[in-house]
Order: sequence, then structure tokens, then C-alpha cells
Amino acid sequence: MTTLLQARDITLSYSDTPIVSRLTLEVPDDSFTIIIGPNACGKSTLLRGFARLLRPSTGTVLLDGAELRSLKPKDAAKKLGLLPQSSIAPDGITVADLVGRGRFPHQSAMRTWSSTDERAVAEAMAATGVTDLSRRLVDELSGGQRQRVWVAMALAQQTRHLLLDEPTTFLDIAHQIDLMELFADLHRSGTTLVAVLHDLNHAARYATHLVAMRDGEIVAQGDPREIITAELVEAVYDLPCTVITDPVSGTPLVLPLGRRTR
Amino acid sequence: MSIDQRRAPSPDLRTPDLAPVDHGRRLLRLETSRVAALIPVRAVVVSAVLVAVIIAAGLASMTIGAYEVDFPSVIRAIVDPASDPDIRQVVFEWRLPRVLFAVLCGAALALAGGIFQSLTRNPLGSPDIIGFGVGAQFGVTLMMVVLELNTYMFKAVGALVGGLITALLVYVLAHRNTLSSFRLIIVGIGVSAGLGSLTSWILISVSVEKAMMAATWGAGSLASLGFDQLVPAAIVFAVVALASLPLNRTLPVLEMGDDAATALGVSPGRTRLSAMVFGVALVALVTAAAGPISFIALAAPQISQRLTRSNTPMDTVPVMLTGAALVVVSDTLAQLVAVPVGVVTVSVGGIYLAWLLAAQYARRS
Repeated sequence: MTTLLQARDITLSYSDTPIVSRLTLEVPDDSFTIIIGPNACGKSTLLRGFARLLRPSTGTVLLDGAELRSLKPKDAAKKLGLLPQSSIAPDGITVADLVGRGRFPHQSAMRTWSSTDERAVAEAMAATGVTDLSRRLVDELSGGQRQRVWVAMALAQQTRHLLLDEPTTFLDIAHQIDLMELFADLHRSGTTLVAVLHDLNHAARYATHLVAMRDGEIVAQGDPREIITAELVEAVYDLPCTVITDPVSGTPLVLPLGRRTR
Repeated sequence: MSIDQRRAPSPDLRTPDLAPVDHGRRLLRLETSRVAALIPVRAVVVSAVLVAVIIAAGLASMTIGAYEVDFPSVIRAIVDPASDPDIRQVVFEWRLPRVLFAVLCGAALALAGGIFQSLTRNPLGSPDIIGFGVGAQFGVTLMMVVLELNTYMFKAVGALVGGLITALLVYVLAHRNTLSSFRLIIVGIGVSAGLGSLTSWILISVSVEKAMMAATWGAGSLASLGFDQLVPAAIVFAVVALASLPLNRTLPVLEMGDDAATALGVSPGRTRLSAMVFGVALVALVTAAAGPISFIALAAPQISQRLTRSNTPMDTVPVMLTGAALVVVSDTLAQLVAVPVGVVTVSVGGIYLAWLLAAQYARRS
């Protein structure tokens, strides 16, 4: 059985330097797939390939049986959303207006704002808990609130798949967990999520499908409970560690050894 | 399986009476089976007031001149073909095209300004500042003085080619992996200074008569324009303005960054290219007709944005109306003190630019 979103044999390069070469990845339908790996392993590059931000020089990305490249940009945007690593909130834009911009692929010159758009925005703001911020200016929000607003914008797009590029990077631990819980809720409500994440333990706790990358290749993938071992972490990160069971979630918990305890 | 059916609502979304979105302003809702839009009441009111200002200032400006015509006679001359033929000739043939030109130039420049300010995400990113206006001016000077081709279409071609080459030059010089709007503005200021001095050099190396002709045009004036120049300019304007309508929706999306725009189905490269070409074309069509009318492109989108409390300088209708109102009022003032309209906009715009720079500087530090 093939999955809705998959990369087949793709090569992704930055100015002729291949970062990812001839990689194949099937994103399981209805999964919360998290891609991990050391810096420069190609995980963000791979996500950019999925997100149409980088054109593969070989191979194809397939979405719902069609080549992603052959889809009209707006049609692709109705099926596949992205929370970019950094976006720019225009000066003086309110939360409701920013979330509303997520409706762009569903609108046309004659239909710039319909009751469907209104409903999608209301739902997205309710799901992310930003309804009460609706009239506030995005510039005035805290980092955690702002990231929720961007998630709401991506949700208003109402796509089956949502890509998340290091969504928790600039947040404190409480906001990170807050956001990961939000993603877990979204996943439960039927969105397939693909995230690039730095925090191995967050990945182990929330992923239903974990992909470990190194040097542009997939080292291992599967249920984090089955694949995360001290050997894998050492093979991926060169990091000596021990793996125990997280007493809270029952998922693997990676504890780096460091120099002192070795 | 279809994609849409698979999206089950999450538990907290199942509430049947989900509160409507609080947009934080009064809105007009329009929804039929084919057309659906949400229009801020404020934008409608502002646009209506601007139209009134344009009409009032336009009529007022038609009473001014060597041949005095009072207000009622102006209106009679416009609406009634059987009115006094002398007055009708003065008002209809001489003064009306000037007012219509003011409306057209203002609208075109303001739209160009909105396009470039949205593109650069910077209120300084207007064609006046980033050199495309000077490029167009250089192109026209070359056409008029060196090649001695002095009709509207030749000047328009000169302005368009000059503007586009300048745009390309600035773009290439400022582009380094990514395009930062700050670098674009700095490079643009440099390029416009260079082109400005080249224009001056051409003017001092040709005969006095030619230089005078070019200098008169170069002050930016609507005084000598009639219907025969208005018609081609209006046609070009209508075509470009219609072609740039899609930018009203795509440019605000592009303001959020290339990645977000791509994810939403806007192609950044294509949008930027069409925005550049249409923006330069709008500046060129005005420059060819009236010469450089500075600061309208810079000020109009910002003024409009503050009046309508919009979140983007790219808001076609109020921005164009603001520009038109600014030029019509400036031209009326210009007639009262007997100077070219460009002189008025430069003086008022200079003060505005100083304020804008001070405000931006204050925010940065």
C-alpha cells in the first residue's frame, strides 16, 4: 500500500551541492512523523523538498498519487500546508487578519471572503486557543502566542497534511510542551503532521513515526519505542548515552552521558 | 478516499455555535453564489470622501486661470454641450484634460508605490527612492534630447525601458543569495544619484533650446497636456492597472515571506517579477506624460494605509484614490502659485520624507 505523501528517489541540492541524494520516504497516512538528526543532516532540506520550497533534481514528491511539481501551486496549497521556520508578520496586522491569510488558496478574485472562510478561521482560532486574541496586533504578542497564531494560520488553510519546520525552536520549555500537545491534538483530529525537531525526547514522546537522518540519508525509521536505542543515538549524533523509559509517557528517554560520567 | 472527507473535526471544534470571528472593525458582508467579499466599512467611507475631494478640487482647479470662469459656469460647460462655446472650450478642451491627467497620474503613481512598498515591506521602498523614477526620467531625456523623438509613445517607451533597465540593475546589484529590502533601497539611492548626474550631464552638453525643453518637462507639469496625450496614457494605464489587479491579493501574502507565500500557493518569483514590471510601467506612463512627479508614490500608500487602517500598503482602490486626490489638490495649489505640480509635490513630499526617516530611525534605535 502506498501513502498519500511520499518522496521517491529525490535529490535535493543547494547550488549544486547535494544535501540529500536519492532518498525515498513514505510518510504514513494519519501519522505524526518527526524527522530528527544532527545539524546539517538534511532534515530541514528534506522538509523543504516536501514543501515545494526546493525543487528536487532527481526523483519526485508524490501527493495523493500526483506529482507535487505538476500540481498548480494553489491546488497543492489546498492539500499540503507548512509552518515555516520564520515568517514575517506584516506591521499592524491583527491576529484575525493574519489567520485569515491562510485562506488564500481557497479564495478567488470573485470570492475573496466567504462564510466558509469565516468558519475555517473561527475553527482554527478555537483549536489553537487564540480566539480571545483575535483583535490584538501580532507584533504585541509573546513568542508562544505568536507561534500559536502562525499555527492557526496554517490550520485555516485546512490541509490534510501539515509540515512543521522546527516549530518549537525559539520557545521556552513550557511553551514547547504546550505547542507539542497542540500538535498531538491536531494529529488526533485527523491531520497528518510531518515535523523537523531538534529535541530528541520530544520527538520520542510525540512521534508516531520517527525518522532518524544523518548525512542526507535515513538511518532508521519506525515507532520511536522500537527504534530508539543507545546504539542508534550514537550512530546518528556520535553522542554516548543511555536510554531509559520515560516514567511519564512510557516512551524512550535519551540521557546523554557527557564527559564526567563516562 | 477523498482528502476532505478524512478531516474529522477535533473535539473542541464540534461546538455547533462557534462564535463568529471578531475582526475588530465594522465590515460589509457580501455573499452570493458567485461573489463573496468582506469589505471594511472604513475603507468604503474613506474612498467616498476621497472621491468627493477629487471632484471638489478638480472643479475648483478648473475655475483658476488667465480666463476666469466661475463655479456654476464650469459645471454647466462640462454637462451642457450647448453652453457658451468660449467657456466650454476653455473648461472642456483645456482644463478638464489637465484634471483628468492629475487623477490618472496620481492613481498610477500611488499604485506603483503600493506595489513596491509591499514588495520591499518598507515604506521607503517606493520607486522615487529606489531609483526607478530617475531611470524612467533618464530614458525620456535620452529619447527627447539625444534621439529627438518627442511624442507620447516614444517617451513612454523611453521611460519604460529606462525604468526596467534601472530596476534590473538595482535588482542585480542588490541581490546576494536573498534580496534584502534594506540593501535594495540603499543600492537604489546610489543608482538614482548616478543616473541623475548622467541626466544633468546630457542636459549641459546639448543646445540651450533642447535643454530648456527637457528641463520644463523635467520639473513635472500637467499644464500643457490635452486629450491627445490623455487618451494613449489612459489606455496604457487601464491595461496595466487591470493586469496588476491579481497583485492586490498575492502581494500581501508575499509580505509574510517567501516560504509562507509558497506554502499558500503564491509563487514568489513570478509574483515579484510581475510586480516589478507593472510597477515600473505605471511610473513610466506618468513620467512620459508629465515628467517626474515625486513623492506621490512614496506618500500615497502610507497615507491611505493610515486612513483605512489597513495592514498592507497594497490596497488598490483606496491607494489609487489617495494618490489621485493628492495630485489633484497639489495641481490646484500649483496653479494658484503658478508653479509646475512637481514642485508642489517635491516640497510637500520632502517634509514627509524627513518625517518618515526620523520615525523609522526612532523605531530602530
